[in-house]
Order: sequence, then C-alpha cells, then structure tokens
Amino acid sequence: MINPGWDAYHDSMRTWRALGWGGCFVVLLGLAVPWFLWRSDTLVAGLPVWLWWHIAWMGVTALAFGAFARRDWGLFVTGERQ
Amino acid sequence: MSGVALELGVVAGYMVVALAVGLVAYRVTDRDAEDYYLAGRGLGTGVLLFTTFATLLSAFTFFAGPNIAYANGPEWILVMGLMDGVLFGLLWYVLGYRQWLLGKANGYVTLGEMLGDRFGSRGLRGLVAGVSIFWLFPYVMLQQIGAGEALVGLTGGAVPYWAGAGFITLFMVVYVAISGMRGVAWTDTLQGVFMLGITWVAFVWVAAEIAGTTGGLAGALPTEFRALGGGAYSPQWMLSQAIGIAVGVSMFPQVNQRFFVADSKRTLKRTFAIWPLLVVLLFVPAFLMGAWANGVGLPLPDGENIVPILLSEYTPGWFAALVVAGALAAMMSSSDSMLLSGSSYFTRDIYRPFVNADATARREDTLGRVGVAAFAVAAFGGSLLRPGSLLEVGSTAFGGFAQLAPPVALAMYWRRTTKAGMFAGVLGTQAFYLATVFGPPVTLAGVPIIASSYFGWFAQVVGLPLGVVLTVGVSAVTAPSDTENASAYVDALRAD
Repeated sequence: MINPGWDAYHDSMRTWRALGWGGCFVVLLGLAVPWFLWRSDTLVAGLPVWLWWHIAWMGVTALAFGAFARRDWGLFVTGERQ
Repeated sequence: MSGVALELGVVAGYMVVALAVGLVAYRVTDRDAEDYYLAGRGLGTGVLLFTTFATLLSAFTFFAGPNIAYANGPEWILVMGLMDGVLFGLLWYVLGYRQWLLGKANGYVTLGEMLGDRFGSRGLRGLVAGVSIFWLFPYVMLQQIGAGEALVGLTGGAVPYWAGAGFITLFMVVYVAISGMRGVAWTDTLQGVFMLGITWVAFVWVAAEIAGTTGGLAGALPTEFRALGGGAYSPQWMLSQAIGIAVGVSMFPQVNQRFFVADSKRTLKRTFAIWPLLVVLLFVPAFLMGAWANGVGLPLPDGENIVPILLSEYTPGWFAALVVAGALAAMMSSSDSMLLSGSSYFTRDIYRPFVNADATARREDTLGRVGVAAFAVAAFGGSLLRPGSLLEVGSTAFGGFAQLAPPVALAMYWRRTTKAGMFAGVLGTQAFYLATVFGPPVTLAGVPIIASSYFGWFAQVVGLPLGVVLTVGVSAVTAPSDTENASAYVDALRAD
C-alpha cells in the first residue's frame, strides 16, 4: 500500500456518493408527480402546466440516470463503482 | 378495401412476419434451456429496450389506459410515468442488475432457481414458481379473452368467440414453441417500434384536427380535467397504483426473466438511461387522446374502447383499422412472452426438481416447448368457461406478484435472510393478499385489518412492509439451515 490513508478516503467518498445518489433518486421519485401544483389548473399551450412539468421531469430523470450509469454504475448493487 | 378486410389483413400480416422471424430464430437457437428461454443472455440495447417495453405495455396503452384518462382525466399519465418510467427503472437497476450479475455467474434461468440455489431449498424454488403460475395463468386467460373479443368485434361477429380465441391460441403455441425468447424479442422490437410510431401519427393527426376547431386544444380538455388531482385521483390512490403495479411488474415472470437477458453491462447502462424517455414518449400522446375524447364530447358505450372511437371521428377508416390491428398484435406479443416464461417456471422449477431430476438438456428443451402448448391450451379452456373466481385472480395479479418483491429483495441483499424467513415472507404475504381479495373485511376498533383499502392505501401496498417485517422477523429468530449457501450470491458478485 503506497498510501495507507487511501482505503479510508475511498470508503468515505463512496459513502458520500451513495448519499448523494440516494437523495437524487428520492427527489426524482418524489417530484415525478408535481405535488406542489396540486389543484393548479393553469394551461400552457393548451395543456395543464403540471403535465409540462412531468414531461420535463422525465427528461431530467433520463439525464440523471445517464449520469449515474456513466459515473457510478454498480453503487448500491455491488458496493463498488464499476 | 373495407376496414374489416384491412384490419384482418394487418393482423394476418403481423402473424406471417412473426412466424418468419420465429423460424429464423429457431435456426439460430441452440437446443438448450438457456438459449431457448433467455436467448443465450445475448440481447443488445435496442432489442432489450423494446422487448421489455412491448411486453410491459401491450394493448393496455391503446385500450384500457386511454379509457381511464377518458373517465378520470389525464393524471393517469403521471401515475404511469412515475410507475414505469422512474420507479420501475430504479427497480430494474436495484433488483434487475443484481439478478443479471447473479444469473450470469451462476447460470440461473428463473427467479425460483436463483432463490432455491441460495437457500438450498427445492421447496422454496417450487413455491416461488407455483405462486407465480397461480397469478400468471388467469392473467394469460384474460389476454386470450380480450383477443378473442377483439376478433369478434373486428369481424362484426362473423368469427365466433371460441374460434377467435382458439385461432390466436393456436398461432401463439406454434410461434412460441418454435422461436423461444430470441424470436419473441425480435418481434417485440418490430411491434414496439410500430406501436410508438403509429401512436405519434395518431396523436399529431387528432391534435391537428382538434386545434382547427373553435375551442382549440384547450377546449378539448374538460374543466374538471385541468386541475391536478380531484375525483378518483387522491395522492394515496395515485401512489398506490404506481407503487403496487411497478413492484408487481418486476416480479411478473415475463418481465423478471428479462432481467437475465442483457448481453453486457454496457447494454444495461444505456437501457437505464433511455428507459424514462421511451415511457414518456408513449404515455403522453396515448392517454391525452383519451382525455381529449371526453372534452370533444364523444360518448363511450359500455365494453368499447375510446381510442378507436376517437380515431374514426378524426381520421380515415383505414387508419383507425391500422391502430386497432396494431393493438391486437400488441396483445399477442405480451401473451407470447407470458407463455414462454410460464413454461420455463414449470419445466425448470417444478418438473425438473420434483418429477425428473435427471432430465437431459435436450429433453428439457422439448418439454419446454410442450409446456408452452399445455399452458396455452389450458388457459384457452379457462377462457371458454370463464370461472368467476379465476377471472378475479387474473385481475388482481399485479398485487399478487408485488408481494414476492420484499422477500426476494431481502434474499439478494441481506445475508442474514434464512430459509424460514423466506417461507414466512412469501406465504404470509400471499395469504394476507388473498384474504383481502377474497375474504370478508375485518376491522378491529375501527382499524382495517383485512380490507381492500387502508385509509386510501391499497392492500397490495400495505402487504409490502408486511413482507419485510415477516421476512426480517422470522430470519432474525431462526438459524440458517445446513443446506443454505449464504455465500452463493456474495461470491458471484466478487467474481464480477
């Protein structure tokens, strides 16, 4: 081992990544339905504003899933970054 | 060409293409179970995406889904987006990727096989397969009833129900018995692309027609549909639907088995990122059409579907016919995957361990194909007799499958899970859920104990924490049995 602190550093980085992505997934799940627009009936271009939010949110979800797949795939499942 | 002739032409064309694809798949498929059931774990991104997509969504997207949006409003888009796009996507990663790694390392073909190996239990393997077939069989029956009735409607009654359902059963038996997973996945891909394309053509067509009318698109959205929530849509209802169905889908044999079939980690990564987009691209146009049909004042007679009615109002007859035929093809492409998976659960997890442990690979291959036929013919018989209780089982199948998820997830992730804990988790939640479906309601001091709704939450969602409590609780107070191999999964992951 060249640097004895490396393992501890690595473990703590993994914990932070897990917390970050865990939080991100919870937010993605939590706001796929825009609860803060409950009973809002505003229309934009003929469609409810909450529908536009959902469409945009699915795009954000795809981007986040893509970033996760590139950077931290394997986290939670194998315990390692793949 | 009349609409009926065109519809039948499209259905016949689909069948011919499917058979041709099946024959090609037969020629390149080895005579062993892994190749027949899992296409040799060799599906790439495009085929994996669309076979899962087409298997999951099927005729629901054209018929039942838009009908719900027509009756209750377009919030159904959000429910399905959360359910399939986000939640199922994450389950595919957390459960599916883990299953893929374990399956690849240890050669598992079914869920029951995976659990039976880890817990050294033939009984658990048979139980998981048995529970799955219990829910799957009547669900296939419902598909056959739907397809038979669609053919009756399509031909204006010229083809009687038994002949329509029988013909479709016969076709699927021949096709699935020949082609296996590879052929099913290839036709799913063709069908998924067709389904997405035709939905967008229909959507743009209808939107352009409605935009040209005095009220425009906004006028086609009834006032009570504009505000988020209200009516049938309470937060508990929306979340119960989304959670119950997404979790149930992950344990449905034809979807769960697709967790094993990716060719590489790269394929899974790409699929994960594209999945939410594919889901939103299909649901938004399909379900908006249902909501618009309500706003423009089209009536929906009992037993009919709103999308064909909307299309015959705004598009030429041949186009509406094309969409209906596409939906029928979609119905078949979901049923064929169910037949294949049902057969694999039966041959691998029930026949082989309990009846003939020494069956050769060749014999298992033959038996798998015979199993497809037996499963389909039995379901056809059921679709003719239509016993009420069996229909009820089919219509509550998603909830039944959902109950399997907590013990399965714990088995894969928690090393302390024991065989006794697994039996308690699986049997306990199945008993609970069946009691809520069939049993009389029970309340204790105003608190529902056995009920279909718990303060607005569905029984199938309430069963999930119950499954965790039972599996963890019983595992905690029991010791692993001698036959258990707790490292079966750990070693497999390390090898990766």
